[in-house]
Amino acid sequence: MSPYAKRLMWPVVILLALVAVNIAATGVDFIVPSVNDDGRLGGAFVNILRRSVPLLLIALGMTLVIATKGIDLSVGAVYAIGAAIACQTIMDSSDQGAAGTVLTAIALALVVTAVIGAWNGVMVAAFGIQPIVATLILMIAGRGIAQLITGGQIPKVEDTSPFTELGRGAFLTIPIPIWIAALALTALALLTRRTALGMLLESVGGNPEASRLAGIRSKGITVLVYLVCGLCAGLAGLIGASNLGSADANNGGLWIELDAILAVVIGGTALLGGRFFLLGTTIGVVIIGTLEDTIINVGLSSQWQFTAKAIVVFVVALLQSPGFRAWILKPFKRTPQARVEAPAPAKAEEAAK
Amino acid sequence: MSDAALVRMTGIVKDFTGVRALDGVDFTLRPGEIHAVMGENGAGKSTLIKVLTGVHGHDAGEILLDGEPVRFSSPKAAQAAGISTVYQEVNLTDNLSVAENLLAGREPRLGPFINFRAMRRRAKELLDDIGIDLNVAAPLSSYSIAMQQLVAIARAVDIEAKVLILDEPTSSLDRDEVEVLLGVMRRLAAKGTAMVFISHFLDQVYEISDRMTVLRNGRLVGEWATADLGQNELIGHMLGREAAALEQIERAASAHRVEDEEPLLQAEGLGRKGSIAPYDLTIRRGEVVGLAGLLGSGRTETARLIAGADRADSGTLRFEGRKVGGHNPRTAAARGIAFCPENRKTEGLVGDLTVAENMILAMQASRGWARSIPVARRDKLVASFIEKLGIRPADPDMPVKNLSGGNQQKVLLARWMLIEPKLLILDEPTRGIDVGAKADIQRLVAELSADGMSVLFVSAELDEVTRLSDRIAVLRDRELISVLQDEADMTSERIVDTIVAGGRES
Repeated sequence: MSPYAKRLMWPVVILLALVAVNIAATGVDFIVPSVNDDGRLGGAFVNILRRSVPLLLIALGMTLVIATKGIDLSVGAVYAIGAAIACQTIMDSSDQGAAGTVLTAIALALVVTAVIGAWNGVMVAAFGIQPIVATLILMIAGRGIAQLITGGQIPKVEDTSPFTELGRGAFLTIPIPIWIAALALTALALLTRRTALGMLLESVGGNPEASRLAGIRSKGITVLVYLVCGLCAGLAGLIGASNLGSADANNGGLWIELDAILAVVIGGTALLGGRFFLLGTTIGVVIIGTLEDTIINVGLSSQWQFTAKAIVVFVVALLQSPGFRAWILKPFKRTPQARVEAPAPAKAEEAAK
Repeated sequence: MSDAALVRMTGIVKDFTGVRALDGVDFTLRPGEIHAVMGENGAGKSTLIKVLTGVHGHDAGEILLDGEPVRFSSPKAAQAAGISTVYQEVNLTDNLSVAENLLAGREPRLGPFINFRAMRRRAKELLDDIGIDLNVAAPLSSYSIAMQQLVAIARAVDIEAKVLILDEPTSSLDRDEVEVLLGVMRRLAAKGTAMVFISHFLDQVYEISDRMTVLRNGRLVGEWATADLGQNELIGHMLGREAAALEQIERAASAHRVEDEEPLLQAEGLGRKGSIAPYDLTIRRGEVVGLAGLLGSGRTETARLIAGADRADSGTLRFEGRKVGGHNPRTAAARGIAFCPENRKTEGLVGDLTVAENMILAMQASRGWARSIPVARRDKLVASFIEKLGIRPADPDMPVKNLSGGNQQKVLLARWMLIEPKLLILDEPTRGIDVGAKADIQRLVAELSADGMSVLFVSAELDEVTRLSDRIAVLRDRELISVLQDEADMTSERIVDTIVAGGRES
């Protein structure tokens, strides 16, 4: 098994286990998509995926930031800013239904959140502020900025505006958020693995000094990664706001940064930086999304949500710990036989015996 | 020294998944002897030690301690039976006092409390026993690594050690410190403690050891009294070649004299406060310039300024006749200056990345992230360098942290050879690596310079510097004191004389 597959194995096992529990509790309908009256795909699992999209976008950006040994705590606040800008722009316009208005609002929100992300990156890379401190500033201030944008109100977009399609619509029967998530995952995978960006940021995260001495422009790469993370958070905010039809500066995307970090860790990317796994993060997000439904489906009250989440995290962390794995797998491992790689004479004798 | 064996290991076999690390190895240790275990990296030295100290169990064979068969399940059990180990890195607590470190876990008590006075007295006695004088109340961190090493030894000896295992204890010590350590070892031997000594420094091994056991590829080559085994023979046994490979490198570079070549690099008054006094240095095309001096003399600092790893605060640097501005590792690489830093693990390699990724890192960095090296080209380049430098295992996808020191160094060299630099700066490229890899790297330096590449070669080993260099810059107390030019001056003695003389003048 390749190291990559090894990293993904446990998250996949956990996810399959959760799905199995749900199927046992509610039947096979849980996983099989149904076609709604309006021709859209529905069903429990599709809904989980659709609801998980904002978290996924944020977690993907977070994965790249964590790969550089950083962390971005401001993503929840940036989510709120993205949502606030889009909703306020649409509300302020004369025609909420016009495509031009909606596109302007989306573009404006994405540009501003990208700039905010880049600002985080500059603080980390150029000023040498610790990532947790640099992004903490905007984690706190960001919601204030969102409140200023909305004037302390919760701007509501009319249900007829095409903006709501972003969160509620469907294309070729598949919900638009899922399309966006798939596109974002593909784009980030291509950006990091088809160029050298992935390797260089793993290098910067794995050993900053060695990377500097090898001549890598680590500052530029760091800024770029925080920019992408901000952009992802902004996009997540747009989808969330579109789904609700409103932007709540105080509660939109609240604590989403913690779920995102959780998803990254479940997906096998170490908080110490270096190797990162976008696909692992994706599975981590789906695990978190599925978990919330599982609690309801097995008949527990929703108060169990946080405790159950903690238990799953605990189990995943244990399974990823090499020490624990060795201990639990010990009785199942055969004593390794003296295999022979090269046909050295003495070893050939050994084999003859 | 009596003939009765204290430790007798016979027919030891140890398998790791798919690899036989030890194959029927015998090892005998007699009371009061200093026994060197020699071999290249991967020969099985550390595995043998780990079997003896209970870190690994063995798959076949027998261990007798004082004639009794034993099998240790943990290092603790081995320690209880009188086998103590002092590792390369000091495993003590920096911010505790010397006395606390010496007696941690065995503090003299007064009821429930620690009797600090008794503890200091006992610690003092222990140190007196091995003949060193320290303030036992001072924090351990206030002493040099060498002294810390000695404290570790004193601690090991106090735990009733019959057998003391010293795994590369001298690798971070300077000359004087090594002398102190060897003195302590002699004193312990005289008291009857048997010692197993592992070191890459052949001089030290010859100076201190009574006997040698040589391993190669997990098998026993033989056991000799040190006096009966010449250095060349020893290296031959370790490498499995009759003639010592090191001898053949003998100044391939000296065939071409480079005095009339134009200067590639000129440093004028280049310096950095608190690091290295301003110095002048010229490097010509195809020339190997050695930097020699004691530990802390400013060798590394000199090289780092030229490499752009540190910023100079005085003087100018000219490269190919043009003044260099905005010097940093990236612009240096773009000009053709490559730098292999002293510390492979912390400054050189990215441990989690693969051999291939580490190799292409500098080349990729110069292209920027957007222009990835095409996979086919990359695979070809990596395969050719693995082949050319003899990197083992020859697996481009293995994380580089799993390689031995010598192979890691070769990966680092390959990284810079890939960008075909005009000047290659090597800071201690052969430290802590086995004799075979050392010979490979020295041969490579000679070849590269013969092909016209300039090399700035920093090494603590004078033999190596004199063998490879066309000229040698000698440093002392963070100052470049002299540049030796003449062929006749390329000797260790001459360098030592220069260092001593340089001290007298100032």
